[in-house]
Amino acid sequence: MNKNILNMAEMDRRALLKAAGMGALALTGAGIASTANATPEGAAAYLGKITGGASGMANSPKVTINLPEIAENGATVPLTVSVDSPMTAGDHVKHIHIVAEGNPSPEVISFNLTPSNGKAEVATRMRLGKTQNVVAAAVMSDGSVHTNLKSVKVTIGGCGG
Amino acid sequence: MATKPPRVKVPKKASKGELINIKTLVTHNMETGLRKDSKGEKIPRLILNKFQATFNGSEVFSADMHTAVSANPYIAFFHKAEASGTFNFTWTDDNGKTVTASADMAVS
Amino acid sequence: MKKLITAAIALSGAGLLLAACVAGGGSSMSSTGENGISDNPDAWSGYKTATAETQAMNDDDFENPVMPYVDLAAGIYNSRDNAGKISCADCHGAPDDATGGRSGIPMKGVGANYPRFNAETGKPINVELQINKCREERQVEKGFKYEGDEMIGMTALVRMQSRGMPVVSKAADPANELHAAWTAGKEFYYQRRGQLDMACSNCHEDHAGDLIRAETLSQGQSNGFPTYRFKWQKPGTLHRRFAGCNKNIRAEAFGRGSDEYLNLETYLAWRGRGLPVEAPSVRK
Repeated sequence: MNKNILNMAEMDRRALLKAAGMGALALTGAGIASTANATPEGAAAYLGKITGGASGMANSPKVTINLPEIAENGATVPLTVSVDSPMTAGDHVKHIHIVAEGNPSPEVISFNLTPSNGKAEVATRMRLGKTQNVVAAAVMSDGSVHTNLKSVKVTIGGCGG
Repeated sequence: MATKPPRVKVPKKASKGELINIKTLVTHNMETGLRKDSKGEKIPRLILNKFQATFNGSEVFSADMHTAVSANPYIAFFHKAEASGTFNFTWTDDNGKTVTASADMAVS
Repeated sequence: MKKLITAAIALSGAGLLLAACVAGGGSSMSSTGENGISDNPDAWSGYKTATAETQAMNDDDFENPVMPYVDLAAGIYNSRDNAGKISCADCHGAPDDATGGRSGIPMKGVGANYPRFNAETGKPINVELQINKCREERQVEKGFKYEGDEMIGMTALVRMQSRGMPVVSKAADPANELHAAWTAGKEFYYQRRGQLDMACSNCHEDHAGDLIRAETLSQGQSNGFPTYRFKWQKPGTLHRRFAGCNKNIRAEAFGRGSDEYLNLETYLAWRGRGLPVEAPSVRK
């Protein structure tokens, strides 16, 4: 009987109202504003600003973004970014900027690395207001910028208040 | 209210040239400034906006955090062990208040 | 997706008759064999349906975001900075001391065996209230706030000493002291309430394992509490979760530590008997 949940014949107006109410409840108190002002263009503009408009490579194989394909709750989405770099004094990653295309504002976090890190891999947990692309931009010591992006589906996770 | 100390994970011992993964976790609401309280008033923004890690006094890693960093910020990064010494970790909030932690590591 | 919840709630009406017939312990998921005790093979923890990322955060004692609260509690556990000039450790030994120090009551096992019966009140007593009983009687201090950082940390510290131990409940036995509370908790579990007219069983028994929009409904087990919920952005108690569920169905939420919730906690421990204690857990 557990699959009866899909039985649409049971739907009626009252149930619809209830569902609408529960949807609204699920949205409140999630710690995330539902209005998203950032756009892919806004995110790109922000990135251009913080990287000084340096030229570089999009969809760079040097940049690997590890994010869940589907985030259970946008409030805490684990993120790992690694950049292929020898991390020597002459050739290293200086910054890894994380930008979100669909959050209230694009900036998320900027990591500032040094050759003493030995390995250009960083991790954090981020907020995502809705399903969107996350962009990682690595600024190298020669000034070039390598970017990559990953799309994350965000569900309104967590039933109950 | 008693404060919850930040957690940092640094190995006590490492061999020279070893890549160590340093993990940090600090308790903070990371209030975005976008939420409203029960009276409909905006809750003012208050986040930790800066994380800095130094080793024997010089910066080895830092991060500029924005409101899209989750509550109770978790940050992990690597360090190539070359010498023994002390890590100091500092988190700074919007009002300039800081939370600190430190850890020693012996390299042989 | 929206259609799923709509149908689910419409169905809850049809669930009434069914809920009334089910004696308890039933589940829409088949046996997993993970439980290990013969009389409750269908119980499963919400851990099972969490994503790999959430499970990883749950399992790593550094990354688990409840751990800063446990650190806070470790300081409290060893502190004699109270009117009774006595620390938890003075009586019970270190949290992981299996001999239980001079009291002979170790923290290991507590998480698997509560709620217990409090003969003084004639009611169940859970870990939170037991901590405050000690706090008041031995340390001669005001109890911790039920949902405060100190209480959440202390409960997590105590309950995590039982990690992996199967939850024990014999409250279904009519001869058991907790049987009256168990009976009241069971009634609560199947009682439809609130504007949405739903009982706990409508989701957590009739539809455990099914989707409600993008959510997989759990069996509503208690073995992982206190739990860090991404939705809360902090850890919370089992009674906070009860209140959240009750509010979500537009019903009256009862107080933390109330008789209603203590009875429900007693009944849920029985529904989850045999599941390993997983505190402190991480969930969406």
